[in-house]
Amino acid sequence: MTQKIMLVDLSKCTACRSCQVACKSWNGLPAEITENRGSYQNPPDLSPTTYTLIRFQEIDDKENSIKWLFRNEKCFHCEDAGCMKVCPVPGCITRKPSGAIVLDSTKCIGCKYCYHACPFSIPRFDEASEKMYKCHMCHDRVDEGMIPACAKACPTGAIEFGDKAIMIKKAHARAKVLGGDANVYGDQFVGGTHVVYVLTEKPGIYDGLPEKPKVSAAIGLWKDVLKPLSMISILGGIGASFAYYLIKGPKRPKFDEGGDNNEQ
Amino acid sequence: MTNHWIDLRNSDCILVMGSNAAENHPISFKWVTKAMEKGAKLISVDPRFTRTSAKSDIYAPLRSGTDIAFLSGMIKYILENELYFEEYTTEYTNASFLINPDFKLPGDNDGVFSGLKGTQTKEGMINAKYDKSTWSFQKNADGTPKKDKTLKDPNCVFQLLKKHVARYTPEKVSAITGTPVEKLDKIYKAYAATGQSNKAGTIMYAMGWTQHTTGVQNIRTMSIIQLLLGNMGVAGGGVNALRGESNVQGSTDHCLLFHILPGYLKTPKASQSTFKAYNDKYTPKTNDPMSANWWSNYPKYSASLMRAHYGMNTTLEEAYNHTPKLDDGVNYSWLNIFDEMYKGKFTGFFAWGQNPTCSGANANKVREGLKRLKWMVNVNIFDNETGSFWNGPGMNPKEIDTEVFMLPCAASMEKEGSITNSGRWMQWRYKATNPPGKAMPDGEIISELYYKIKELYEKEGGKNPEAITKLSWDYGLKMPDGKIKHFDTHLVAKEINGYFLKDTTVKGKLYKKGTLVPSFAYLQADGSTSSGNWLYCNSYTEKGNMAARRGKSDPSGIGLYSNWSWCWPVNRRILYNRASVDKNGAPWAPEKPVIWWTGATKWKGDVPDGGWAPLSAGASSKYPFIMKPEGHAHIFGPGRADGPFPEHYEPLECPVENNLMSKQFVNPVIKRFDIKGIGSDMDKRATCDPKYPLVCTTYRVSEHWQTGVMTRWQPWLMELQPDMFVEMSRELAKNKGINNGDKVKVKSARGEVVAVAIVTGRFKPFNINGMTVHEVGIPWHYGWRFPNPQKKEMRSANLVTPNVGDPNTMIPESKAFMVDVVKGGTK
Repeated sequence: MTQKIMLVDLSKCTACRSCQVACKSWNGLPAEITENRGSYQNPPDLSPTTYTLIRFQEIDDKENSIKWLFRNEKCFHCEDAGCMKVCPVPGCITRKPSGAIVLDSTKCIGCKYCYHACPFSIPRFDEASEKMYKCHMCHDRVDEGMIPACAKACPTGAIEFGDKAIMIKKAHARAKVLGGDANVYGDQFVGGTHVVYVLTEKPGIYDGLPEKPKVSAAIGLWKDVLKPLSMISILGGIGASFAYYLIKGPKRPKFDEGGDNNEQ
Repeated sequence: MTNHWIDLRNSDCILVMGSNAAENHPISFKWVTKAMEKGAKLISVDPRFTRTSAKSDIYAPLRSGTDIAFLSGMIKYILENELYFEEYTTEYTNASFLINPDFKLPGDNDGVFSGLKGTQTKEGMINAKYDKSTWSFQKNADGTPKKDKTLKDPNCVFQLLKKHVARYTPEKVSAITGTPVEKLDKIYKAYAATGQSNKAGTIMYAMGWTQHTTGVQNIRTMSIIQLLLGNMGVAGGGVNALRGESNVQGSTDHCLLFHILPGYLKTPKASQSTFKAYNDKYTPKTNDPMSANWWSNYPKYSASLMRAHYGMNTTLEEAYNHTPKLDDGVNYSWLNIFDEMYKGKFTGFFAWGQNPTCSGANANKVREGLKRLKWMVNVNIFDNETGSFWNGPGMNPKEIDTEVFMLPCAASMEKEGSITNSGRWMQWRYKATNPPGKAMPDGEIISELYYKIKELYEKEGGKNPEAITKLSWDYGLKMPDGKIKHFDTHLVAKEINGYFLKDTTVKGKLYKKGTLVPSFAYLQADGSTSSGNWLYCNSYTEKGNMAARRGKSDPSGIGLYSNWSWCWPVNRRILYNRASVDKNGAPWAPEKPVIWWTGATKWKGDVPDGGWAPLSAGASSKYPFIMKPEGHAHIFGPGRADGPFPEHYEPLECPVENNLMSKQFVNPVIKRFDIKGIGSDMDKRATCDPKYPLVCTTYRVSEHWQTGVMTRWQPWLMELQPDMFVEMSRELAKNKGINNGDKVKVKSARGEVVAVAIVTGRFKPFNINGMTVHEVGIPWHYGWRFPNPQKKEMRSANLVTPNVGDPNTMIPESKAFMVDVVKGGTK
């Protein structure tokens, strides 16, 4: 299988959220009990039962006008995948030939390293099962020749799935057509991501989207030096604690969404 | 839709006004997006910045209920800048027709057209009615309309329209609508550019236009624009109503409404005592040999309908006599039904596939009305706020005698049949699974009811029992007792198409008795054919069930997909397509032709609106607008109750004290339930009342459907939009001390509803003639029955909406009324 990319063209997203529902449907995920907090965005954040989410964001524009941005958020499936590097359990986080990073929750020990190592803060911890969950780019569908559920459900073609080279080319061509601040986000960092955006605004405008995501250097240290050592059981606990300490420091505060306070 | 969903991709400019297609018709944006990829401009005009606005090239706000002013300004712009499509306007519309010199425009007649009779008040005329005798065409000696093709005669439609809209200056329009002048100019310019012969502009509208006391005239205004720009009949053009329910087009075609029989035939009136009198009344005549005057076929369609209803064992006259009639002058539409119910005039009520306690305007009146019934049957897939109204908020079950029966019915995927979408495509659907428990398809329930009612009539008699007892009911294999075993939807579909009832020879070909009629051109007025709906004749023929076709080829290249399902009439995908070509039959837009004349004897492309040669053929040709007696599209439309041209009137409840256009405040011909002696104590109006200073509108969200009876039971959808909300501007919230996420109450003169405040920059205060006016908006998907029945708190938007309707359709004015918002309400 050739490497795949999910191209998310935000200029075409109407925030109908069929992607959110299709994801829940395919993965058999339960609904969350939510409340209206003064925002269309619901559930408020990714969760162990919400692998993908449309983020709604209002920004004031010139001349008393406004923009309403919709961003489909999910795991980016990085080529340089911090989560995979730090995961202490063999076979828990693996890469599929498509490029998808799959987290096997049955093997997860709930150490949350992956969350802290993720430049996008994607994986979510489930208190009940003490395991992590995230988008797996529907590898079970892709292995059978189908496209991911969210891409299948998208009515406008905002989410497309295809061969890496074709999608990257398409993304850049689209950004060029859109002009202005439109840009391609994803192919220029963390070794390239397998979810690539066409953004209509500069990356810094979007809530919760890092401008220059990178995997902490400490993770390299952990993977190349300490992780092999930790395999020796007696050192394992110490090594893990050390790595946890190293990578947890620069964690940015968790953004809060919703309503007027944030949708501006 | 005159066009269809896929055809949106052919447009050069898409105006979304009176709808919010990205949210409420999400799939439409597949095609809107494709048009935009090819360079089309998307314009969104809405009181609130919506998900549609977020995708648009140009967004403009307007105060709810001022669309006619906005669009009349556009007509003025088009005419004064000479951006109209001259050949199209002159040849295909009635722009050149001369009007009765006694006809008066509102500008010369206190804001109303000539012929108005009613009660004069300080707000102008009320409860009035037009004598339309001056709204007439001047005729030549041979009875054809007098025309001036130079369009210069001061009495021609074109000049009258020009004079009429000259009053809608950008400054005045802006003062009424609150839309900045520069935004008006930008939109007028972008849309008027589609007046070029090879360009097409389209309108996507929905209830944002219809649910007003000027609803029909909103659409009329846009129709005039589409005609002036030559956008009717062409690919990427048309007037496109986005229907709010998957099969509402089908149910309307098959006579959902009281005033029509299937195929838009008229419901007979008591005074039309013979079938001939009925047919004569509704069969228009023309003396122009070049006018097809398609409705001249009316007697063929009505006779075939009589046969479908009562079979061959009665004469046509007897069948007509059995057909129930309307009392003359009585309007049996929704608002009147519930008014009568509230006044105690009904014994029983079938609430079939509906939820009026949440969907009916002024829902408290509906709820009180239900209390006065002896019995009610609720047919639905779930219990709802209507079936359980007696146990609802503010109700005391001990005091309510209404006996309620619940009949569970099958959902769409639990039965076989067709739906007709907005684009008029009749699509056959197969049954995926059996209905749960004792639930039955609606057709089976109706069939059971039929046999029971028939039995009672036969036993006990009654008024006009033959209406039921003589009905033909051949919808399945009959058992020894004469009843059908199973209700077969294929037999219903075949009856709708129609049969030859005798051996008949048409154009030299013999059609045996019992064969299906190939198309409505074969229907007869003598009773030798049947058809349950002439518009659907051709949908189920000897070739098979056309609606079940799934051909994916598109030889047209413009997305007609003519072998996919079937479309009324006769699989014509774009209506009025004879207007998409010039007099020689050459397409105005050669790169996206709908039809074209091959030069010999044939049209190619879509099924043409009649196969006659192009207009250059002279007497053997026909004008393109075949449904009009004169063959020309109506820029001047005398058929409407409230004027041959659109005129701005304020909504019944509004924030301004004066109509800036004239002394006539609101539409003079609406039925005013709030006037003493007409409606009831529950029909309250509060206009320019400091107690209710905010304009309010209602709408839908992507995540729910109608009153939420289907979607509120879906956890994945409730997760997305869990509760009733009210959207308001930051400025208004600041004035009121309301924070984002606060619980608030929305109050009108008729009721109040609790909601969560969404404080947003997507609503902005309006500048209305120098005054700051705030607007708020609420969705209408919520109630109390689910998901929190224990709360017993009604969260329906219709608790606050007014029950006043458009004078032509009686659709309620749910899109513009006055409220206040106050802090409070329970979590």
